[in-house]
Amino acid sequence: MKPKLNASNAVAALLCAALVLLPVYSAATGNIFILTLFTRIAIYALAAASLNLIMGYGGMMSFGHAAYLGIGGYAVGILATEGIGSGFIQWPVALAASALFALLIGALSLRTRGVYFIMITLAFAQMAYYVASALSRYGGDDGLTVYKRSDFAGLINLSDRTQFYYLCLGCLFGGLYLIWRIVNSRFGLVVQGVRSNEQRMQAIGFPAYRYRLVCFVIAGTICGLAGALLANNTDFVSPAVMYWTRSGDLMVMVILGGMGSLFGPVVGAIVYLLLEELLSQFTEYSGLILGPVLLLIVLFARGGIMGLLGRMSRG
Amino acid sequence: MADSLAEPLLRVDNLVRRYGGITATDNLSMEVLPGELHAIIGPNGAGKTTLISQLTGQVMPNSGTIRFAGRDVTSLPSYKRSRLGLARSFQITSLLKDFSAIDNVALAAQAHDGHSFRFWGNARKERHLRDTARAALERVGLGKRADIVVSQLSHGEQRELELAVALATKPQLLLLDEPMAGLGVTESARMVALLKELRREVTIVLVEHDMEAVFALADRITVLVYGRVIACGVPDAIRKHEEVKRAYLGEQHAVTRHG
Repeated sequence: MKPKLNASNAVAALLCAALVLLPVYSAATGNIFILTLFTRIAIYALAAASLNLIMGYGGMMSFGHAAYLGIGGYAVGILATEGIGSGFIQWPVALAASALFALLIGALSLRTRGVYFIMITLAFAQMAYYVASALSRYGGDDGLTVYKRSDFAGLINLSDRTQFYYLCLGCLFGGLYLIWRIVNSRFGLVVQGVRSNEQRMQAIGFPAYRYRLVCFVIAGTICGLAGALLANNTDFVSPAVMYWTRSGDLMVMVILGGMGSLFGPVVGAIVYLLLEELLSQFTEYSGLILGPVLLLIVLFARGGIMGLLGRMSRG
Repeated sequence: MADSLAEPLLRVDNLVRRYGGITATDNLSMEVLPGELHAIIGPNGAGKTTLISQLTGQVMPNSGTIRFAGRDVTSLPSYKRSRLGLARSFQITSLLKDFSAIDNVALAAQAHDGHSFRFWGNARKERHLRDTARAALERVGLGKRADIVVSQLSHGEQRELELAVALATKPQLLLLDEPMAGLGVTESARMVALLKELRREVTIVLVEHDMEAVFALADRITVLVYGRVIACGVPDAIRKHEEVKRAYLGEQHAVTRHG
């Protein structure tokens, strides 16, 4: 399939260009704040994109996706506390721990459907939250300060604002490319087929459960990477990143931007976090505005912002 | 015509399936011989779809055995039976509605072409899957509608697509659950012509309400009433069978007249 020139693709392309050029703008204007804001946005966009893989493409409404943000973050934080500062160790551990956790949750929760699936994923994430709160050696409730960012042997300096931004952006683009390949692969078609009609997929010879489980693990692993980035970004990790409201934030980003659209979660993360930032300057009840916005999107634009753009370009 | 001495391709023994107080399949035994077109008829609620669903593994029986190609498949999940060569079409059209027609068929071909834990290559560009799918679509007369999304296809076209999907799995035994359901006169005639061709290549079990089609196509007919087999034989014998006339044909003709 050749990429067609339409509103949603144009927006995606413009967005990519703007994200790549952002540090130039930041340096020229001396606006450091915008760079740190968009570093955070890139990280959340990656997390939302991974959720989109299971939620949008796979039809698995996981309400515990923020758990991987915490697991990836704690892997980095705990290893740093124990004196292992190398990113070459920290990051693979973060990914492996997230994958393992996803395998465990997925193996149990994917036997259920609908509301039960939502509740089980939520329950597991809350368990992870309470376990982290009980880790008194690693800060418990108060969270864990990461005194030194992951060390990549001089290859890249994570403490440099611009380098770290490009690392996050690179991870986001890499993640999106990976998801794009997966979605169009044999595996991806099976997962989307199961979302559409599981009985039919079983009847033509696909063991649906296995494919869904592997998809669930891939998504968890990508989100674990976002978690490792997040801990480095804030120099801190706390149980709060795993709280269910954080999982809700990720879901909102995906729905806002457009479920099952590759760039939807990126657009969703940008709009959501910008709105949050903007509104917090005027009121502490930003939810009062964000809530109705989400309601309107769900009611009138089923495909989110990207879906809206797609319909506009079709006239 | 099927050779009655041949080893049956499908053999069902003493199958029972209960739903609460209702016995949908009541100690049912039957055989399907290789190469035959075996029709299953019976009044509404006779348990025809329940039987098909047990044969393909969507529903598990309470007791009894199902042997397919010499193998006990009673407890196999449906995806494994599909891989052994058992394919079905659904009475109520069951397709991937948001996929194109050719995607639906290509996925069926993909299911029988090794595992699908391939994460990188573009599956829609795999020539042999697309070719198999296109051939199956041509076969059922949907060649020109390949790229249309299923939800945009007419009811008749969706029925034909059901058949193409089943064919793409290269089945040994094709279980068709009312392929003519809801079709107009011309569409029905086309479906009958298609089944006449297919029966030369594959063994077929046909559940159908359209009596004209059944008697025109079937080598043998099994008659179900309340989950029990009350008769099994060649069309002429069934037509003359007293119990069948009483229990089924009279009522059915009445039903067709009203409908």
